[in-house]
Amino acid sequence: MNPTSYLVLATLLFTIGAAGVLLRRNALVAFMSVELMLNAANLAFVTFARMHGNLDGQIVAFFVMVIAAAEVVVGLAIIVMIFRTRRSASVDDASLLKL
Amino acid sequence: MSLLATVAAQVAETSSGSTGEQVLFWIIAPLAVIGALGLVTSRKAVHGALFLAVTMVGLAILYIALEAPFLGVVQIVVYTGAIMMLFLFVIMLVGVDASDSRVETIRGQRAAAAVAVVGVVILLASVAGRAALPDPAGTADAAPEGNVYGIADLLFGRYVWAFEVVAAVLITAAVGAMVLTHRERISRRLSQRELAEKRFREGDPRQAAGLPPPGVYARHNAVDTPALLPDGTPAESSVSQVLVARGATRPPEEFAADIDQIGGDAGIDEAGPTSDDAPPGGEPPGSDARGVAGPSGPASAGTDEDAGDNDQPGSGDGGAAR
Repeated sequence: MNPTSYLVLATLLFTIGAAGVLLRRNALVAFMSVELMLNAANLAFVTFARMHGNLDGQIVAFFVMVIAAAEVVVGLAIIVMIFRTRRSASVDDASLLKL
Repeated sequence: MSLLATVAAQVAETSSGSTGEQVLFWIIAPLAVIGALGLVTSRKAVHGALFLAVTMVGLAILYIALEAPFLGVVQIVVYTGAIMMLFLFVIMLVGVDASDSRVETIRGQRAAAAVAVVGVVILLASVAGRAALPDPAGTADAAPEGNVYGIADLLFGRYVWAFEVVAAVLITAAVGAMVLTHRERISRRLSQRELAEKRFREGDPRQAAGLPPPGVYARHNAVDTPALLPDGTPAESSVSQVLVARGATRPPEEFAADIDQIGGDAGIDEAGPTSDDAPPGGEPPGSDARGVAGPSGPASAGTDEDAGDNDQPGSGDGGAAR
């Protein structure tokens, strides 16, 4: 099967994730949208690995997963800490540094 | 794993004919897109997390179809298993009801975002569609011994340095999360003795021995059922305040009416066969007399009161059946 349809799917998922980051105020949902974008990039990596006939793309996708896990751990810790002090998970409320 | 490999090999074989993989793709791809759209549009974060889990499982199936069974399994185990559960934990911690406000804080942001998103979709999709991509070569030559062996060769061969660095990143992330969520203790921690003395001095002395647990002396031990005091009145303090705030418990007066009704029926039943076990006439005065010094008594309970408390469950049951 031609890689084009997989790439179009990856494109769709990536842009939907970007829209989620742009539109949603809840920090958790925005964070999950970032995860969706990473997954879409992974799909493109795996598709191209198969197209080229080597495994390097799969290795890169594997590393993306690991880094995403680390990012989730730190990001969720930050969200929990912000929620603890401000009692809110909205990205609009964390604006103390704004003039 | 070998099962997955055979499935992947079958899918790869049919992909030369390409119909099987196409059917799979056209089933999974709409589901993945629906999941992604659900994540963006759902009002509650919990629903968004579940939609995202659908998308991730769909992507795992596509990975297996794309001759990457190892990545498919890792996707399910790590993403849907670990990361999404972490998200769900934090959502529960932050509050399930923390739904978004739909108010636009920046004027025109939503329209601008929609225009930008449509533009990016058109741009990327047209690039992907116009590119003359060759048919997939397949990874059979690159990994003759199987996908997992090939990935292990690369991971511990050419990419071993990146692998080690990633391990360092993971440890740093774990330590960072602990540092971020660590709370410095400002005041000294009270010892157990100090806590007990404080409870006697400042709190209600009748509750110094702890609140009665729900369901004790009652007809059943569900947590939303208040305990019955020996005189038959329900103890409101025995039900968790969280349940009361949610309205998940029955009001005490309704419960008390229920108890009387049940007790009437049970008294008729039990009066026949075992009259000495629960004498309906002799028990209520005793339990009423105990009721004053029963569960409210332990603060001032002496040794002889303890002996009385040991008798209490039996008379309590009599009180419930009364």
